[in-house]
Amino acid sequence: MATIATTGNKGKGIRSDCQLTLEIRQSGGIDIQLVSKVKSMYGESILRLCNEILKFYGITDARLEIEDSGALEFVIAARLEAAVRQLTGSKQEFLTEFMEQNKYQTAKDRDRFSRLYLPGNSPSLMINAGVHKPNGIILDLEDAVAVTKKEEARYLVRNALRSLDFYGAERMVRINQVPAGLADLDFIVPHNVNLILVPKCESADQVKLVNKRIDEIRQEKSISGKIWLMPIIESAAGVLKALEIATSENVVAMAIGLEDYTADIGTRRTNEGTESFFARSMVVNACKAAGIQAIDSVFSDIGDMEALKQNVLRSKALGFDGMGCIHPRQIKVIHDNFAPDEQEIDKAKKIVNAFIEATEKGLGVVSLGTKMIDPPVVKRAQRTINQAINMGKLAPDWRNEFLTV
Amino acid sequence: MSKYDKITTNAVGREVPQIINGKEAVPFMGVGKFKPTGRKYAPPISSCADYPDDGNKVVASIREALIRCGIKDGMTLSTHHHFRNGDLVGNQIFDAAAELGIKNLTWAPSASFECHSPLIKYLEDGTIHHIEGSMNGALGKFASEGGMQGLGILRSHGGRYQAIQDGDLHVDIAIIAAPTADAFGNATGDQGSAACGLLGFALADSQYADKVIVVTDNLVPFPCVPWQIHGNYVDHVVVLDRVGIPEKIVSGTTEITKSPDRLLLAELTAQFCDETGIVRDGFSFQAGAGGTALSIGVYFAEMLRKRGMKARFARGGSNKYLVQMLEEGLVDYILDGQTFDLEGVRSMRENNNHLNTSPFTSYNYHGKGNFASMVDVVILGATEVDINFNANVVTHSDGYLLHGIGGWMNCLFSKCVILPIPLFRDRMPVIRDQVTTICGPGELIDVIVTERGIAINPLRTDLIDKLKGSKLPIKTIHQLKEEAERICGKPALPVLSDEFIAAIKWVDGTVIDAVRKVIK
Repeated sequence: MATIATTGNKGKGIRSDCQLTLEIRQSGGIDIQLVSKVKSMYGESILRLCNEILKFYGITDARLEIEDSGALEFVIAARLEAAVRQLTGSKQEFLTEFMEQNKYQTAKDRDRFSRLYLPGNSPSLMINAGVHKPNGIILDLEDAVAVTKKEEARYLVRNALRSLDFYGAERMVRINQVPAGLADLDFIVPHNVNLILVPKCESADQVKLVNKRIDEIRQEKSISGKIWLMPIIESAAGVLKALEIATSENVVAMAIGLEDYTADIGTRRTNEGTESFFARSMVVNACKAAGIQAIDSVFSDIGDMEALKQNVLRSKALGFDGMGCIHPRQIKVIHDNFAPDEQEIDKAKKIVNAFIEATEKGLGVVSLGTKMIDPPVVKRAQRTINQAINMGKLAPDWRNEFLTV
Repeated sequence: MSKYDKITTNAVGREVPQIINGKEAVPFMGVGKFKPTGRKYAPPISSCADYPDDGNKVVASIREALIRCGIKDGMTLSTHHHFRNGDLVGNQIFDAAAELGIKNLTWAPSASFECHSPLIKYLEDGTIHHIEGSMNGALGKFASEGGMQGLGILRSHGGRYQAIQDGDLHVDIAIIAAPTADAFGNATGDQGSAACGLLGFALADSQYADKVIVVTDNLVPFPCVPWQIHGNYVDHVVVLDRVGIPEKIVSGTTEITKSPDRLLLAELTAQFCDETGIVRDGFSFQAGAGGTALSIGVYFAEMLRKRGMKARFARGGSNKYLVQMLEEGLVDYILDGQTFDLEGVRSMRENNNHLNTSPFTSYNYHGKGNFASMVDVVILGATEVDINFNANVVTHSDGYLLHGIGGWMNCLFSKCVILPIPLFRDRMPVIRDQVTTICGPGELIDVIVTERGIAINPLRTDLIDKLKGSKLPIKTIHQLKEEAERICGKPALPVLSDEFIAAIKWVDGTVIDAVRKVIK
């Protein structure tokens, strides 16, 4: 069995992280060497934390080298736990503080205009993610994590779910492809993940496996609360199974991943997206048939905000309800352009007002001018109004002003 | 002579020495409280009889010029930072002085840069006794660890002008490196291969130093125009092959930040200025050359363009974004204090509304007013801020002296002072119970903008009133501090020695704080 393990990251450009090398010895007690840019402020507290963790795992003789670039406690703890468990095979978890402000549930039909992808093993990108106010934050265990770092990323993502303030964003994790990804669930289900992204999804059976494993963990740990799923369609096979996936249990949204999809059908992704028109339409229609949200692929040119805007407008016109982003600067463009525009808001105001007036008068039928309004139209208008209020484009008491004009 | 003596507590509660390098120093008394009497310093009278009638003051080398200026032990030599990290002159002066066996010099640069790290050897061997100017990077580390024989003195750009004018800082020999000069000593910064825009930081030295040497690599026939430095003040001219490394003097491209976190700070700051009515037709602003400040300027430009308004003037460092605003008609004048890129240099050369200013016009506190106090809003940085809004720009939280003051202190007199700063850098909280070093008293600092909230100084009830009902994330400074500590943990205070290594002088020459030696 190995006696030395190295976890974490260091080097040029690495911030808010640390690299640890742990050597478990036969004797000599605990010897910790700390190099840190914040040593004068946090040196004592880092040593205290490391000693506590080593004691927790019953390690009495070890040499620990730490090169720290300003890692927060939950990061240091994840790195050390990863090293210890790699060497000892222990199944015990050293859990960091579970912040009260992270204990919220999300509604099935909440706005999901933007969801920000963050590599699951890069703490520096996580720390300020919430302040950019995306609708959702995805801690990614799949493509954004190197194969050799998969295991240590799980500890970091788990600790982040507990100790990193998400500032109200929907707390999401993208697991690895099923079946391998099922093993990721142990690290996220008990820690109030709101939504799990299931990548490269090709059948309802895969979603079933995820639901089954989630239920098992919830029973083991006696946890309540909903965990939503967002399968990602990334292949021709997936596209053709879109409806059965979209109608699976707990699925509240379904996304399309165009990088893998275009590769799968043997073509290249373009900004115009003609090559994926069929796939995107399939996903949108499957979602709408299932009564869930349709989510578009990420737009990868982070420097071109005008092209992103055009992309969003096309996406909205096709029927998508949101899209992924890979840089915080994309969030505002996505929100602004997915949000209802003035015309949509005006129309929705008239419809909702007509509905309220009809209800007040006890009328069963809603009409606007000479036109009858069907219930789904009212529902959609109400949703538009709610979105506009949420995004600050409409005052919550808009009806006062509407009625006096 | 001891480094310092007679320690007392000043008006902001800091322990400071009253004797510094053998000279009396006044402890900080409060903003606007210290009013010196007497007359300004007067340099010796010169006679044309001692200078060549043909105006040719060229001598063979820096060494010869220093000898002719009568260099001797204990003198003060001054240099300037117009070439920033591309300066090739500063080090050569002390090479020459060391060769001559001169000791105990005081070096009075308007700022030092990493390129001046080789001077540490002269601080070690006693050629240089101490520095009065900024101590950045390696020099700061050397000073912080107690390496300097004398006590360092840090002043703002305006404070340096004030100290030279008042005679508090007596310059024996000023060495002015100039991109272009004539043999009479007229010099300019707006042309030549080392073009840096202006030479404003050398104005005080040219006026008040006993002896003045101009060093250039581009000697033009008389007259050198514009004569930013008047040859009538100059004793000798030295011609070198190269005085600076152009790409390290001005960058070809200053760029706005791509960091989403800094862009958020810029956006919040711009929105704050908008909602408080600061951005209006005819307003004025100053923003530095850092990525965040540049972005704020770009947001200002967008607002002005959209509303068909324009700013009256922009003060401070110029760059291509400011030049674009000038050329687009979004601002009437650039009052340039330091030119940061080639577009700035070009604009200054070509555009009469792009003016070269100096610490005398912009910053000097012992004058009959200055420009800085007339600016509507200034955007500045800080290494730390405390719960009383006092701010630090010179030391890091571990006690190390690593930055100069620049024009920072002087700009605090603007009508609205905003510091957009991250709540913490990696794990270092920026908002503290107490700053390590006070460089600016809290009463002059109005707004702290962080990515997690904006704190307005309770003294600014007008700003607080204007933002009632605003959607901006307004918080108290205490809330911000608590949030930083919740995320990072409560930081331990640095353990510092009792010994001082440098004094921080306020804009009026009084001592606002002193920096302690770090314990390695």
